[in-house]
Amino acid sequence: MTTTAKPAKNATTTHRSRPGVDRRPRTTEFEMLRDMTRIRRFEERCVELYSATKIRGFLHLCIGEEAIPVGVMRALTDDDAVVSTYREHGHALARGMTMGALLGEMFGKQSGCSGGRGGSMHLFDAARRFYGGNAIVGGGLPVAVGLALAEKMRGTNNVVACLFGDGAMAEGEFHESANLAALWHLPVVFFCENNLYAMGTSLAREHAQTDLALRAASYGMVAWPADGMDVLAVVDAARRAVELARSGSGPCFVELRTYRFRAHSMYDPDRYRDKAEIEQWRHRDPIPALTEKLRAAGVLSDDDLTEIEAEILTEIDKAVAEAEAAPEEPVGDLTRFVTSEPRREQ
Amino acid sequence: MTAQATAQVELTYREAMREAMREAMTRDERVFLMGEDVGRYGGCFAVSMGLLEEFGPERVRDTPLSESGFVGAGIGAALGGMRPIVEIMTVNFSLLALDQILNNAATLLHMSNGQFNVPLVIRMTTGAGRQLAAQHSHSLEGWYAHIPGLRILAPATIADARGMLWPALEDPDPVLIFEHGTLYNVSGPPPDPSISVDITSAAVRRAGRDVTIVTYGGTLSKALDAADELSAGGVEAEVIDLRVLRPLDDATLLESVTRTHRVVIVDEGWRSGSLSAEISARLVEHAFYDLDAPIERVCSAEVPMPYALHLEQAALPQQADVVAAVMRTVDSRA
Repeated sequence: MTTTAKPAKNATTTHRSRPGVDRRPRTTEFEMLRDMTRIRRFEERCVELYSATKIRGFLHLCIGEEAIPVGVMRALTDDDAVVSTYREHGHALARGMTMGALLGEMFGKQSGCSGGRGGSMHLFDAARRFYGGNAIVGGGLPVAVGLALAEKMRGTNNVVACLFGDGAMAEGEFHESANLAALWHLPVVFFCENNLYAMGTSLAREHAQTDLALRAASYGMVAWPADGMDVLAVVDAARRAVELARSGSGPCFVELRTYRFRAHSMYDPDRYRDKAEIEQWRHRDPIPALTEKLRAAGVLSDDDLTEIEAEILTEIDKAVAEAEAAPEEPVGDLTRFVTSEPRREQ
Repeated sequence: MTAQATAQVELTYREAMREAMREAMTRDERVFLMGEDVGRYGGCFAVSMGLLEEFGPERVRDTPLSESGFVGAGIGAALGGMRPIVEIMTVNFSLLALDQILNNAATLLHMSNGQFNVPLVIRMTTGAGRQLAAQHSHSLEGWYAHIPGLRILAPATIADARGMLWPALEDPDPVLIFEHGTLYNVSGPPPDPSISVDITSAAVRRAGRDVTIVTYGGTLSKALDAADELSAGGVEAEVIDLRVLRPLDDATLLESVTRTHRVVIVDEGWRSGSLSAEISARLVEHAFYDLDAPIERVCSAEVPMPYALHLEQAALPQQADVVAAVMRTVDSRA
């Protein structure tokens, strides 16, 4: 166990590549289309598995928001750190965690990334500096600030990407964290995924000031909004933000305007949104948008799309089979890791 | 300085804690201190006085009034390879950081299947006796002792104030240190540096055969004074200082109780759902047939701590209460 795990030297290759996918050189846009589709299809399968009661508990999907994980993770290096929320399947996959590690976790198996102790909301991966799925809204923000403080004090060049939703901006922890990060010029980027709803409460019903970037800017950090439904806009904003933070000028804030096409969780009957509003946002689906763009540019064929879908299907099927076959975490290990073992040497 | 003058130099509890922090920051460059007014002000109880000047603002960090923010930042810094000491002014204020302490510090290791441990030390003042009223005076360490994943320490002596911090920093998991506010000005001879201090066991502070008084922190001195008073009347009380409130050192308690057969628990926390209740339950579970009298508890009155001196003193466990409780257990002798 370690708190400062360095990814392997070849981590980029390892965690960007997936079996059977990288057969020939592709453009960045093509890869981003594939990565978004991969998250979409994975979560669609999660819905089926939830209905089949293979996955239990809360399940929060990012369907509709895939441009954000794909765009943000591309802006980071393997040495950077990520702090995420309970709606983090996309973040985890885009960071390089395997479908098998995620599904094993959701199945409550030993093969899961958290040994079945976390479930969908609590995915962790020390090797990829993925500090979890935090299910207390706003609870990850002070931790991200502290990670950034450690990077600064240790004199590294690393940045911390902190993802959270619009609901978190009503929490005191957002304001405490923004102030502290700006006060101490810490290398953290606050990525606010504004999907317009804090569970069932709309932005306008929750915030007196709905211009989230404006509020963040009041703490003395650079803050701006970007189109979270356009992966190219996300990656551009994320790269600028990460480089700013890396340059030593302190934190910054990017409001990524997005929308979840499905309900808050599998328990949510979604009674608080207009069907028309959902339809309107579906027209801005980031996956068809990029598909059409690439088609128009003549760099994406029907065969390519078929191939992407087939490869993803194979990957999902394999991950499901692995999760099904994996042993359960032994009950005898229930109380392991309440405290560290063995005691670390100094 | 003459040898005689050297021998007379006493150390206060406050200075002992400060020395412990100075030593830790000197020994390990990953160690730093942060909290409200720990730097330029010198600490709200002057514990960190002089450390800013010695170690600089990078390692002695004044924070904004954001308990949740800076405790969470301590957790993040610990995850990121540092060894933070976070100071919270009082346990009442720590409730603003309870989310971070419970949902992150105590939970991340298990929830991540052992991937992320949190080597964080949080120090805070606890307890009453200084007429600071109901929002600065409670003893809530028992609440924290409820939480799996935390180690809870209550140094009651100069030696423990001096010696517990370093092993706490060496612990790979979060450790909370509760410093009773009435102890800071207590002074005594400097502890012998050759005697190592553990953060696992309770200590027998006074040997006795007739009754076991179990206590910790700010009420230790009251228990010892009560034991002296009882001794004059022929009752020899053993006094156990818990020192570590989680995990509890059951073995030391049981060993004593199986000899004395009588128990009085003195806890400045409220009685209901308290640490005293937990200890009482454990002794009943494991030493029921060794007990010759009902277990007695001396706790704070179940009121928010009042300001006025006479009311505050009436609300707190006192030496006379301990003596009376002991006499009830002894008088029930068959």
